[in-house]
Amino acid sequence: MTLSINDVKQVAGLAYIKVSEEEAEAALSQLSGIFKLIETMQAVDTSHVEPMSHAQDLVQRLREDKVTESDQRDLCQSIAPQVENGLYLVPKVIE
Amino acid sequence: MQWEIVIGLEVHTQLSTQSKIFSGASTAYGALPNTQASFVDLALPGVLPVLNRGAVERAIKFGLAVNAKINSPSIFARKNYFYPDLPKGYQISQYERPIVEGGSIGIQMGETEKTIRLTRAHLEEDAGKSLHEDFHGMSGIDLNRAGTPLLEIVSEPDLRSSAEAVAYAKTLHALVRWIGICDGNMQEGSFRCDANVSVRPLGQEKYGTRCEIKNLNSFRFLEKAIDFEVGRQIEILEDGGSIRQETRLFDANKGETRTMRTKEDANDYRYFPDPDLLPVEIAPDWIEQLRASLPELPQVRRERYVIEYGLSGYDAAVLTSSREMADYFEAMARQLPECAKLCANWIMGDISARLNRDGLDIAECPVGAAHVVQLINRIQDGTISGKAAKTVFESLWQGEHGQNVDAIIEAKGLKQMSDNSALEKLIDDVLAANAQQVADYRGGKEKAFNALVGQVMKAAQGKANPAQVNALLKEKLG
Amino acid sequence: MFNDSLKQLSERLANRAISSVELTTEFLRRIGKLNPQYNAFITVNEEKSLAQARRADQKIAAGEIGPLTGIPIAQKDIFCAKGWLTTCGSKMLSNFVSPYDADVIERFNQAGAINIGKTNMDEFAMGSSNETSYFGPVRNPWDAVAVPGGSSGGSACAVAARMAPAATGTDTGGSIRQPAALCGISGIKPTYGTVSRYGMIAFASSLDQGGPMAKSAEDLALMLNVMTGFDERDSTSLQREKEDYARDLSRPLSGLRIGLPREYFAKGMSSDVEKAIEQALDEYRRLGAETVEVSLPNSSLSIPVYYVLAPAEASSNLSRFDGVRYGYRAQVFQDLAEMYRNTRAEGFGAEVKRRILIGTYVLSHGYYDAYYIKAQKLRRLIAQDFKNAFKQCDVIMGPTTPAVAFDLGEKSSDPIQMYLSDIYTSAANLAGLPGMSIPVGFGDKMRPVGLHIIGDYFSEARMLNIAHQYQLITDWHQRAPNL
Repeated sequence: MTLSINDVKQVAGLAYIKVSEEEAEAALSQLSGIFKLIETMQAVDTSHVEPMSHAQDLVQRLREDKVTESDQRDLCQSIAPQVENGLYLVPKVIE
Repeated sequence: MQWEIVIGLEVHTQLSTQSKIFSGASTAYGALPNTQASFVDLALPGVLPVLNRGAVERAIKFGLAVNAKINSPSIFARKNYFYPDLPKGYQISQYERPIVEGGSIGIQMGETEKTIRLTRAHLEEDAGKSLHEDFHGMSGIDLNRAGTPLLEIVSEPDLRSSAEAVAYAKTLHALVRWIGICDGNMQEGSFRCDANVSVRPLGQEKYGTRCEIKNLNSFRFLEKAIDFEVGRQIEILEDGGSIRQETRLFDANKGETRTMRTKEDANDYRYFPDPDLLPVEIAPDWIEQLRASLPELPQVRRERYVIEYGLSGYDAAVLTSSREMADYFEAMARQLPECAKLCANWIMGDISARLNRDGLDIAECPVGAAHVVQLINRIQDGTISGKAAKTVFESLWQGEHGQNVDAIIEAKGLKQMSDNSALEKLIDDVLAANAQQVADYRGGKEKAFNALVGQVMKAAQGKANPAQVNALLKEKLG
Repeated sequence: MFNDSLKQLSERLANRAISSVELTTEFLRRIGKLNPQYNAFITVNEEKSLAQARRADQKIAAGEIGPLTGIPIAQKDIFCAKGWLTTCGSKMLSNFVSPYDADVIERFNQAGAINIGKTNMDEFAMGSSNETSYFGPVRNPWDAVAVPGGSSGGSACAVAARMAPAATGTDTGGSIRQPAALCGISGIKPTYGTVSRYGMIAFASSLDQGGPMAKSAEDLALMLNVMTGFDERDSTSLQREKEDYARDLSRPLSGLRIGLPREYFAKGMSSDVEKAIEQALDEYRRLGAETVEVSLPNSSLSIPVYYVLAPAEASSNLSRFDGVRYGYRAQVFQDLAEMYRNTRAEGFGAEVKRRILIGTYVLSHGYYDAYYIKAQKLRRLIAQDFKNAFKQCDVIMGPTTPAVAFDLGEKSSDPIQMYLSDIYTSAANLAGLPGMSIPVGFGDKMRPVGLHIIGDYFSEARMLNIAHQYQLITDWHQRAPNL
């Protein structure tokens, strides 16, 4: 499979990372090399293998339904780029 | 051309847990912005989710209530997209192996029942809110709601009209409240519908292209939005156009749907199993324990009311539209099994009307079922007339006379004259004073009899039992 | 004193030969002297460290002294520490003062240890040379033109240069073991789930694991005793009884079966590394161990599998860095989408962006099965290889890295060459197994060589025993660069 410059741009779009034409070109050549390495996976037959998502074969622990957190807004918002009236400000959201 | 409407609903129900699905922050509504957004909810670097047992329990209860399959293990997945109210840049949701799969819900359309199949119901976290009032041309983000547990309930496209969609949504709304997993508060967004709407020529098997209408937070909007959307789609198709699959937003002010501007680039959600959360195992005895904790379900009660009390399907459906109403009915019907229909009429008639007038729910009804039972007993034993009963009911509502039915009847002098001699005297007086009508009746004019009854009732100031008056009059006029 | 073991330092503190304030001041002074050249620390905060030292001295005076009380520990800048700048080596977090402590930090605080500073690292732990750090590269104390390895390069350098008695690291594909090897120190990545990931900024959640880096196996054991333990805030944290990792240190090695994977010794290893490894294996035979050949047939796939899974998880983990709630926000943008795009384009470095793109691609519609699911299936095969191998041996040994430390800039323009630095280490992360590296000599240009030890799940105490017995009869771990 070969990667195109459009693939790179589309993926960068999904990841919300601005890339210039030059950066896209550079990324294309590097990513193509990496995907060539990744392609070596296809040589192994895995049709009867279950995917492994976790390093340990364990099940989810459940937390009791209790409120354990208190208000830490001031602390959290002291490191925020822009806040007003307790809200995080962002460029206008249009629906 | 005849068009068939095809609708499937996705309903987001906010689960009534104390704390969030993956953090220990409170889910209480209405707090100051971001005061209930914990480190986890804010997606600070390094924080991790831990699953709330209460959310899982509620999802299982729902699955059991709709006869669905409970998946074990169930898997949490990340749904990746960027939005300022989504702090992690992904929503923890479920994709493969949702906790609830399949199941169905019966809806009552008039006297016929229709089964709506469910596709699945999965757990996920809610997003925060973007506030659009002007902050120097910017939006404000409140993340208090971020991380609130949701159960997204997805139906099959089995609904064929906006009325069916509303009936389904109402039945579902009643069910989630009935089993105590959601408070159902639609103003606060605890129960939100998205509708997938398409049309196809009647008889065609293949579904038409659908549009998804987002965030319908009242039954009225749901109906209006679907009706508008159906009309829009039919108009396009009849003009030879085609429908574009898209997400649309309902504008309640204009009563129309419109294309949503955002999220059009976010159709590739890159779902994958969340590596921070392990598979959720649901042990059979946990399921059984939860099954045992479920109340008798509305569907079961509905059927029982028809069989046990001889109610119509419609009446049974209305009475089971909330657990409180059904309990109220049942408290009455258990005392008066022979008069179940009368009990139903009281609830669906006078009581509901009075509740509506004060904007109250039956759970808040100031007149208890036991009092209404007493009231009906007094009608049944002839102490008061049906008309007088309404007066007694209002008096009970106002809390007069310690809500003692007999005391109210006594105090207001509403007792019917059951004493024959007193009534006979009264009738004799009326007959003497209305010789002409007596003659008319005897001459064969049936109508004159009714006029005489009216005269007697008037003279008795409403306290006479009409049946008794009839009988005595007939006897005297012989 | 700078060469003292943790035990020796603790003894000095206990018998009041030195106070924690004095000890901390000594190390701060050494950092002040060496850090300008080696760049091992991103943040040093004398005031905070000394305040902790004063509290430790009070504890010691009250007779409350544990094995790490009063001892300075360098913390990788991936661990959130309340009130400390916590950058993860990125411009994106260059202004992030953490409002909370990671579980690991809490445990060190509880133990009375001193946070001596936050160590430099590859940006978001993505790198094998420490060159991707926004705060500049770290230099190898054995040879300043060489890289220290990565991503925990700052921690490795700090310990090797004796700027800290011990440090923390994290290891997603080799990030503790590879820099430990290249800097001539000891490091262990325990079984996945042993050290809480709460407050450890995520790279690839199913592979990330914190662990200690120190001069010796004995020191590692004392560090692990503090760092490990169940944490209810991490769903993948293991609920096991607390164990003493030092309990088996003195156990003799007779009868130990060391598995040597055929695939690791076949090709790819440089001859200087091979020579040092063979010598180390001879020492083990002298200690009574026997070596057996084992096979890990899918080991050549660990790099491709790793470079699908780790970027996939990372692409999602790093989505939270959007300039809305904390961290860097671009100055110039027209609208919301551009605010995101510019923030992320400016806030992330080249390697991080590269991995986000790889990860986004392998998860995207149409490629998910061919890449992501395929890699997850191979991950199982790789884990099964180890399971099979451990039927024949107690531990697996081989080189930690195919070659000694390379020069700064040598591989930075060739990502694939860089990725191959983790060829022997990433399989343990995929399987969730514990792995460690100990110094076993020097190769070309007198740069250190590390021996890689992979154990079965939860065999850390045994692995430390195996390393400790070697360190009793050799002195590689006591060698320090002359600075």
